Amino acid sequence: MTNTGTNFGLNVGRETPQETMATIAGTANAMKVVIVGGGVTGLSAGWWLARSGAAVTVLDKGIVGWEASGRNGGGASHYQSPLFEEEQRMWPEMDALLGYPTEHQKERIVMAVTEKQLRQYHYIAKMNNEMGYRVDLLEADQVRAMVPLAGDNCLGGMHYRFGGHANPQRTVQAYAWALQDLGGRICQHSPVTGFETEGGKVVAVHATSGRYECDAVVVAAGPQIGALMAKLGVSVPLAAARAEMIVTEPAPMMPIGGVDGNGLYGRQTMRGNLAYGGGPHEWLATFEAGPAARPSSPLTRNLARRVAELFPKAAHLNVIRSWAGIVENTPDGRPIIDRMKGPENVVVATMSGVGFGLSPASGHAVRDLVVDGQCSFTDIAKLSLSRFDGIEPDWREQRGWQAPKAELAA
Amino acid sequence: MHANNGTDPSAIGTRLPAPEARYDIVVIGAGPAGIFAAREGAAAGKSVLLVDEHPVPGAAMGNDVPLFFGGRMTAATQNAERMLETVFMSEPGLEAAMDEGIEVLLGTSAWGVYRNGPGMAALPEAVVALADATRGWLVGFGELVLATGARDLAIGFPGWNQPGVMGAAALTMLLSRYEAFAGKRVLLMGSHDLALHTALLAREKGVDVAGLVEVRDAPQGDPALAEAVRAAQIPFYLNDAVAEARGGIDGVESVRLRSGAEIACDTVVLAIGLVPSIELIDAMGGKRVLDGARGGYVPGENAGIRCVGDCAGLADTGFDHVAYRMEWARELGQLSAPDTIVCQCEEVTRADLLGVQPPHYLERPAPMAARSLDTLIKDGPPNPDQIKRLTRAGMGVCQGRRCRDQVAMMLAMAANGPFGTVPLATHRAPVRPLPLRILADWEESEDMRSGWDVWFGIPTQWVPYRDIDTPREREHQQAIAGNMSL
Repeated sequence: MTNTGTNFGLNVGRETPQETMATIAGTANAMKVVIVGGGVTGLSAGWWLARSGAAVTVLDKGIVGWEASGRNGGGASHYQSPLFEEEQRMWPEMDALLGYPTEHQKERIVMAVTEKQLRQYHYIAKMNNEMGYRVDLLEADQVRAMVPLAGDNCLGGMHYRFGGHANPQRTVQAYAWALQDLGGRICQHSPVTGFETEGGKVVAVHATSGRYECDAVVVAAGPQIGALMAKLGVSVPLAAARAEMIVTEPAPMMPIGGVDGNGLYGRQTMRGNLAYGGGPHEWLATFEAGPAARPSSPLTRNLARRVAELFPKAAHLNVIRSWAGIVENTPDGRPIIDRMKGPENVVVATMSGVGFGLSPASGHAVRDLVVDGQCSFTDIAKLSLSRFDGIEPDWREQRGWQAPKAELAA
Repeated sequence: MHANNGTDPSAIGTRLPAPEARYDIVVIGAGPAGIFAAREGAAAGKSVLLVDEHPVPGAAMGNDVPLFFGGRMTAATQNAERMLETVFMSEPGLEAAMDEGIEVLLGTSAWGVYRNGPGMAALPEAVVALADATRGWLVGFGELVLATGARDLAIGFPGWNQPGVMGAAALTMLLSRYEAFAGKRVLLMGSHDLALHTALLAREKGVDVAGLVEVRDAPQGDPALAEAVRAAQIPFYLNDAVAEARGGIDGVESVRLRSGAEIACDTVVLAIGLVPSIELIDAMGGKRVLDGARGGYVPGENAGIRCVGDCAGLADTGFDHVAYRMEWARELGQLSAPDTIVCQCEEVTRADLLGVQPPHYLERPAPMAARSLDTLIKDGPPNPDQIKRLTRAGMGVCQGRRCRDQVAMMLAMAANGPFGTVPLATHRAPVRPLPLRILADWEESEDMRSGWDVWFGIPTQWVPYRDIDTPREREHQQAIAGNMSL
């Protein structure tokens, strides 16, 4: 039952690393850009800007990639995004472009163990094939042939002939190091305390480590964007929630490591570990200084069950860690990538909880907004901040996204 | 499609289950301190649960969990029933505790403590998570008493990554409670009370003790104990260190000392120090403090939780355990080669750890190879969790038991600071490696099942960009029931 959807023609116009550099080099020469937030989006933006010749400084409240950017499932298959094609174009090149390993691996398989899952996966496959992104439907036996850890309970699945996954922690550090190699500065343990404005522009960013003059600012500080932008009189509606993951000891390597399904996201790492997350989240208050803690909960047990259902032949494997990350969301769950009307040299970037995989492209989009004022490779008009103009003050309560009373009291 | 009705159907809400049992006092660890605390509670009329992870499953022992067994346990440890009886009979206080109405569960590990606090308010109450050989479950408590003891401090040296290199706490456990030590002739590293006690115990149990190796120029422990060791004709190798453990298919066969002496033995016992078992406290985000006289990191004040026995800190005799183990780490480091393994699970060498290099299945292009701990330190104080993720040291199935402390020591030395300038890599639940099928909540509620979503359950999130604000948007949302609620 192989679907013969359109081949995904991402190899057209593929650049070598050298060509990419030549194409964009020099266009932002001597422009001083301060990036607030050393997560994957800010670091990628910094890297893209440095490749264009900008003098980039990244300020982070702690260590690069310490929050959601380094704690996620590592997926890189976001067909819903306008940045998707650029994401797909860039990932296979990233190790060479950055100079550091990201553990990027191609393609994904999504497995169903319930009829409802199978129906939904079929819909997703159809939706993708209509967009020209090839997804093959798989019978249960085909899944079992491709996924050795699958069991008798597998009802079928789908094979993304695009997308993939990478190691979040390694990738975040790769961006940071590559940025340094291009002359950029990474200032860790430097929380931002304020902005200095003049003539409708931010002219300097103040951090605990000092004052940083700038021609442009990128605010990519995750859940802390709200508090930071409020200092500039800009309201950015964001709500943060806690999400959890678990990881097992290594399993024998599967031919395609990007296997998930059964309500889980995740991957088999190149070491063999099964790292998966999913399930209920807890909405939290946000604090300017960042999360006070990132606790995991007994949800670990429910995740273990889901993983054991997904991979019955791995049910004997030991779980060796769990962790949680604090993730920001916009009211519609879609990114905000936008250059402000005032101060007009500020770009805001939040990926609303889907930032890691898209980072090679989100950084490019931010770079374009900073340097050229508009995105050169795709339309991102629907990701503007203005779509939330006039949003009700109680938008969180309307969605049931309010923080617990105990958190608000803290 | 967004309901905007004030509820989020895939938020955690009240889905985390209540504990299946609740006791006034739950005691973790049935050594003397734990048994004392349990009996004290029972005498005061409290309901008490006393759990102890021993006997641990053979597979866990093979992974050096919870102690550094070094593969030197006999096949008897594979017989779960026999082990249960042996371990029960080895501790007379257990029978008395049961007679006093205390519920005693052996072979049961505590792998997490969960309570509401910063970043979490969804728990119905504070719980301790338990697991035995068949299942995992949650227990509520009025007071939690941790009597989890202390675990072995491991420091690597050439040849330490083979069967027959083990820890003093593991040896003591195998000799005195499991009756299952497979070695015949042991050489101990260290000469403080731990090493002296362990040497005397081994001798008492009929094990040949080849000697004690000490980096300093005199035995470090209680003079009376040192005298007892001497009286037992056990030699001290002072101002010396283990340069290499040599062996074959069954592990250690001999040891070469720095001084050149060759000593035949089948077991090398790391008896340099013990580390208070603070895993549960640390994994729940509890407070910990560094106290060199009490064995390193010890629990701080944590409401509702009491630590007793060695897990609260070793007895303060005025001896600086941390300074002593740093001296050993420096010496063994000098005797090691760049390719000496630090993390056995992930096969991380000293050179790769200090070079912050990725594992060998990844390429090391020139920029990567040029990176090192030195370049990382320029960006700020090194954090062991960051280094762990890059090198994988501490990421293996032993959960960093064999390398967490030595990595912290190596990083402190590399950063030219005292131990403690670099924090210890954090512990994470489950603090014991537990199979998916054991950890799994097979009894989870329908509410948990039905509210499950891959991500945040935001119905607009996965709509293809081109279909946003078109009639198809609604169709997509309906067809995939919001987004990926499965």
